[in-house]
Amino acid sequence: MNSYSRDCFENCWHSAERPCPHFVSCVNNGQQCECGDAVTARLEQYKRHLLMVEHDLPVILVGMGTCGLANGARRIHDAIIAELNTRGIAASVIPVGCVGYCAREVIVDIKLPGKPRISYCEVKEKDVVALIESTIMAGEVLTDKLLGLYERPQDSPWAALPLVNENPFFAKQQKINLENCGVIDPESIDQYLARGGYTALSTVINGKSGQDVINDMLTAGVRGRGGGGFPTGRKWQFARDQQSDKKYLICNADEGDPGAFMDRALLEGDPHRVVEGMIIAAYAIGASYGYIYCRAEYPLAIARLEKTLADAREYGLLGNNILGSGFNFDMRIKKGAGAFVCGEETALIHSIEGRRGMPRPRPPYPAVSGLFGKPTVINNVETFANVTTVFKNGAEWYGSIGTQTSKGTKIFALSGKVTNVGLVEVPMGTTLREIVFDIGGGIPDGKQFKAVQIGGPSGGALPVQVIDTPIDYESLKAVGAMMGSGGLVVMDETTCMVDLAKYFMTFIQSESCGKCIPCREGTKRLLEILERLSKSHRNETTQEESLLRFQGMVYLERLASVIKDTSLCGLGQTAANPVLSTLQYFKEEYEAHLYDRCCPAGACRELLTFHIDTEKCNGCGLCAKKCPEAAIIGEKKKAHYILEDKCIRCDQCRVNCNFDAIYVN
Amino acid sequence: MQTQENTQHIYAKYPKGQASCLIDMLQEVQEHFGYLPDIEMQKVARHVEIPVSRVYGVATFYNQFRFQPLGKFVVKVCRGTACHVKGSLDILRTLENELGIKAGQTTKDLGFTIETVACIGACSIAPVIAVNEEFHGGLTTKSLVKLLSMYKKKANTAEVEHELV
Amino acid sequence: MNITINGNTCWAKPGETILDAARREGIKIPTLCHLSEFSPTGSCRICTVEVESNGSLVPACAFPVTEGMAIRTNSPRVRRARKTIIELLVANHPQDCLFCVRSGNCELQSLTQEYGVRTQRWTGERKRARIDIASPAIERDPEKCILCGRCVRICHEQQHVGAIDFVHRGFKSTVAPALERSLNTVPCVDCGQCVVNCPVGALTEKSHQKVVWEAINHEEKYVVAQVAPAVRVALGEEFGAEPGTVVTGKTVAALRRLGFKRVFDTNFSADLTIIEEATELLSRLNNGGPTPMLTSCSPGWVKFIEHYYPDLLGNLSTCKSPHEMQGALLKSYYAQKIGVDPSRIFVVSIMPCTAKKYEAQRPELGNEYPDVDAVLTTRELARMIHSAGIDFHRLPNEGFDDPMGESTGAGAIFGAAGGVMEAALRTAHFYLTGEDMKSLTFAPIRGLEGVKQADVKVGNVTLKVAAISGLANIKPILDDMRAGTSPFHFIEVMACPHGCINGGGQPQPASPEKIIKRTESIYQIDRESPRRNSHRNESIQKLYAEFLGEPNGHKAHELLHTHYVERDEF
Repeated sequence: MNSYSRDCFENCWHSAERPCPHFVSCVNNGQQCECGDAVTARLEQYKRHLLMVEHDLPVILVGMGTCGLANGARRIHDAIIAELNTRGIAASVIPVGCVGYCAREVIVDIKLPGKPRISYCEVKEKDVVALIESTIMAGEVLTDKLLGLYERPQDSPWAALPLVNENPFFAKQQKINLENCGVIDPESIDQYLARGGYTALSTVINGKSGQDVINDMLTAGVRGRGGGGFPTGRKWQFARDQQSDKKYLICNADEGDPGAFMDRALLEGDPHRVVEGMIIAAYAIGASYGYIYCRAEYPLAIARLEKTLADAREYGLLGNNILGSGFNFDMRIKKGAGAFVCGEETALIHSIEGRRGMPRPRPPYPAVSGLFGKPTVINNVETFANVTTVFKNGAEWYGSIGTQTSKGTKIFALSGKVTNVGLVEVPMGTTLREIVFDIGGGIPDGKQFKAVQIGGPSGGALPVQVIDTPIDYESLKAVGAMMGSGGLVVMDETTCMVDLAKYFMTFIQSESCGKCIPCREGTKRLLEILERLSKSHRNETTQEESLLRFQGMVYLERLASVIKDTSLCGLGQTAANPVLSTLQYFKEEYEAHLYDRCCPAGACRELLTFHIDTEKCNGCGLCAKKCPEAAIIGEKKKAHYILEDKCIRCDQCRVNCNFDAIYVN
Repeated sequence: MQTQENTQHIYAKYPKGQASCLIDMLQEVQEHFGYLPDIEMQKVARHVEIPVSRVYGVATFYNQFRFQPLGKFVVKVCRGTACHVKGSLDILRTLENELGIKAGQTTKDLGFTIETVACIGACSIAPVIAVNEEFHGGLTTKSLVKLLSMYKKKANTAEVEHELV
Repeated sequence: MNITINGNTCWAKPGETILDAARREGIKIPTLCHLSEFSPTGSCRICTVEVESNGSLVPACAFPVTEGMAIRTNSPRVRRARKTIIELLVANHPQDCLFCVRSGNCELQSLTQEYGVRTQRWTGERKRARIDIASPAIERDPEKCILCGRCVRICHEQQHVGAIDFVHRGFKSTVAPALERSLNTVPCVDCGQCVVNCPVGALTEKSHQKVVWEAINHEEKYVVAQVAPAVRVALGEEFGAEPGTVVTGKTVAALRRLGFKRVFDTNFSADLTIIEEATELLSRLNNGGPTPMLTSCSPGWVKFIEHYYPDLLGNLSTCKSPHEMQGALLKSYYAQKIGVDPSRIFVVSIMPCTAKKYEAQRPELGNEYPDVDAVLTTRELARMIHSAGIDFHRLPNEGFDDPMGESTGAGAIFGAAGGVMEAALRTAHFYLTGEDMKSLTFAPIRGLEGVKQADVKVGNVTLKVAAISGLANIKPILDDMRAGTSPFHFIEVMACPHGCINGGGQPQPASPEKIIKRTESIYQIDRESPRRNSHRNESIQKLYAEFLGEPNGHKAHELLHTHYVERDEF
């Protein structure tokens, strides 16, 4: 049972059927109506409880986003409960979303009554007992698992302990849209309300016209976070200006970029924030129904969204007569069925309509004729989270963050060859260097930084020369990449850029919808050109094949430019970017593949030669046994040799050698 | 094999002749059977009142839909960028070699199905695979072989219940 | 509004596409996926043009003009883009033009010539697929398909059949019947609209040329031909004549030179159909139904109702289609007359239709022998004339053989949508009132609309009639019939839009201009006919007197009427 409905609804005249305009301000600023001091006191006390300012029992919060779960958070959660039960300790255990520090999962926070919240990281199942014994039972901090405290206590021996925000991973971040992720219970609407949730909606609905909302959005300068960076306010204006009996709002949660998980983290960690932004948007454009188009691969996000919508409806924040304003808006979740191209607006609309997710030519734009032929606004998850921020904190305030043209913050999913893998939110204008080296902690294993791939399959790989580029829409475009949805994949010297381009082309090629010729046929040929580069000359049976390799490189740019110029949708128009950007910055690597037939990074297997270090080899014969082609010969107990023309580069010998005697070049 | 009446509750949920429900219905049918049997696609077509060719066209467009029964263990190999730069292609190749099937296929004994996914979202423990929703991260080709032999034993012995997505 | 195309200012309608504006100005922009009267899909990108103001390339078929827009349709960038797109298509194409039935009449082939594709710039994997030859009417070669999607849209939107659709995605995309089965195991109605609209050789009719040649060269066979009304206004196009040129006499001459012993006119049995159908209609009206009576001369339509509305089969006229009637009579009445054993007679129908190929092999059409042995489309006949080395234009005009060569204007207009209705009304009027209609031109059911309806006063009866062409248009009417709310007495249905003149066996590609011209010619034949009422056909009067007896009588039923089968929807 939700407790605001007990404390407020049961004592007041309003209900889910008769929503009260003051509901949100009541729970936040104390009661506004005539229900009496007793209710005010109860509301106040409940809020303090929700904010964990006042509580009797220890609270244990387990980071249970998808990445936490992948690291075993479920087992830890269960182990904690079991351990508490066997010891007969009363405490509440709450699953929360992801705080963003994926590299140090599983994160478990413990809040003891009257003490600051302690955050532990890299918790394993075997640590559970120690955690409970030290923190819950003895009231002490288990320092070797400590990530940090949430606030510095004035007294006590804890004063010397580090704060979470002092950790370099968090220090340079500005968590605005992620403020609640990993902090609150995402399934509790009350916790969201207690932290100022739905005040943005309440202010909008109780005092602004739809046009005011759009004006504020333009003042704040919010641009779409899905990749293109179109001003959100202008998009809404188009839809608002349309006369129609019905308008739709769609939240694009079909996060398909490989290496991007910002939207998932938001939906799993703070779903109400996104829903609130959607209701505000719907109010602005006059939409009566909405869809959240979410990947089916995000079951947890979908489950949490279902609960979020149900709770919001119960509180009169969604459905008919929202907050007593007479404004009606409801929405449902549509599960995507797995097609990257459905991130494109018109393809997404077709998918919701139950058709093949193939884009159609624009104009007409969805804001004019979209879902079921009605005016439709589509924004992505992060954009809606930003909407809530704008109206919670003010448009002017929002506009003060970021650069001249790009306002606010941007969330990035930082991954790849970087120490601190995770989710980071930084103000626009932060440089790539700050993200990779300050927040990300640089490259692990003493390797050299080579490039950072931004913008997913539509973006580009940026080398060290441009790593001081500030992150904003224009600067990234100028260096041949794009903002994209926010995947940042770091690469070190062992990543081959030809291989990377090939990887993205493979992805694009398999995700092309097949509708327009340049994308369907062109990306296939582009991929084939790249594949020929990393094919060994041993596998080139005829001279024509070698010729094709050169011919391909000669025509590559022609093909890339035609694909870019003539493709139907954004997927095709940007399909060649990974190739063009790597070609721009790593030309010598392409040349090494093309002319010298070698892969400097050592990643293109076919171009490698395997050797046995005769110093290290003791002749155990394991490699010869594992070799599927009998390409390794040698006498017992003596150094072995690899017959190069028999070797198929399966890497089995190197993987299996116990003495690191096999090397490649 | 499930019988006809088992799927009636699915059809009852959706109004007739609503083409926009098509994908939702196919998802539910697949949840029920683990794949889309031909006969069910025909029933869905009749229910939403569109040609079977269109239902099939839609079903083959999306990665999610399958037309053959799945193996006991569905091995999803993440092919996200982070996993790729950490060697997920080797993981996939090894897996294919070990099981003797290609991605998207199921072994003859219905023991294993290999699928690739764009990104599981567990980039921190790349390269990662998921076997029936259980994640295995930080893999090498060596550790994969070990892991696989464990599952192979399981596939041969006990019946495994698994949730279908 | 004013726009500039290639530096020339011209006028354009607000909201129209660049393509429409350019075409009006006589500027050719190539298209592959474009279908007039359908909303643009913008999938082939071959119609790319450059908008000078922002330097972007846009698809002319889908992009609306704006005031002051400056467009270049042939800039180097545009030509390079188009050429590359063509090269990409070619790279994924079998390139076996020498063996392809569409060679010389293939839109992809002409584009490679127009844009000077001289090398194989892109090489790599090519789509592989099996040819589907199981259907009795249509063959599919997915390898040749360029995925323009015209067939899919025609099949779904114009014909409401949906036998084929896009399946799979990306490079693996292909057009296929449901569950990737063969075309003959899905409810395809064989109308062939996909075939006439296919730009390449991916969809073709099932050829009967070989069997016809064999029969002609067979000593025992007595090979006769019959020519459908819509063939004579289209065949000329295959020899470079203007669309709509009437080539009846040359067609007959050509058939004789190909070796056909006798050449008959299907218009004869069209007249016969009218007698039978009008009689059937009157008897239904007198005996309380079931009405509305639906015509049955379009085999694609017959197959459609059998698949999708089998409960309404009782409303379908039991008359065989004209060429089947003709076939049945040729193997009975005519065989008797000339004293040839019917087993030796080999009937070849020259039809504008692919569904007739399927119809000819329906087991119920024929007794000991099939009524019709082979069906050639207009296109196949042209190919046979070409391969026989006949110079079509220098042929004399010859007449049909008797007695099944005589026909009236009423039989001729079977070729145009609404024609059967009009012809039947002429005769029904005579049967009810004893006199011919005063004005024989029946405006409300002429014209190019898919649904035409009228109230016709015949004597003291007012008949509510409709003429429907294009199967999508019949659906609402059949739904009304199911609900029992249809007001009509008599409905003509043609599977193909605009009727047989736009049939699936007509010269490719289909175009609205050709349809208009062919329709005009059909009505011209009617106007110029000495007799314009089926009941005035003397050969037919003689046929009843000598052989058949009464219209709808016992013998007529045996030879000229048929029955239908319920078919599965899947």
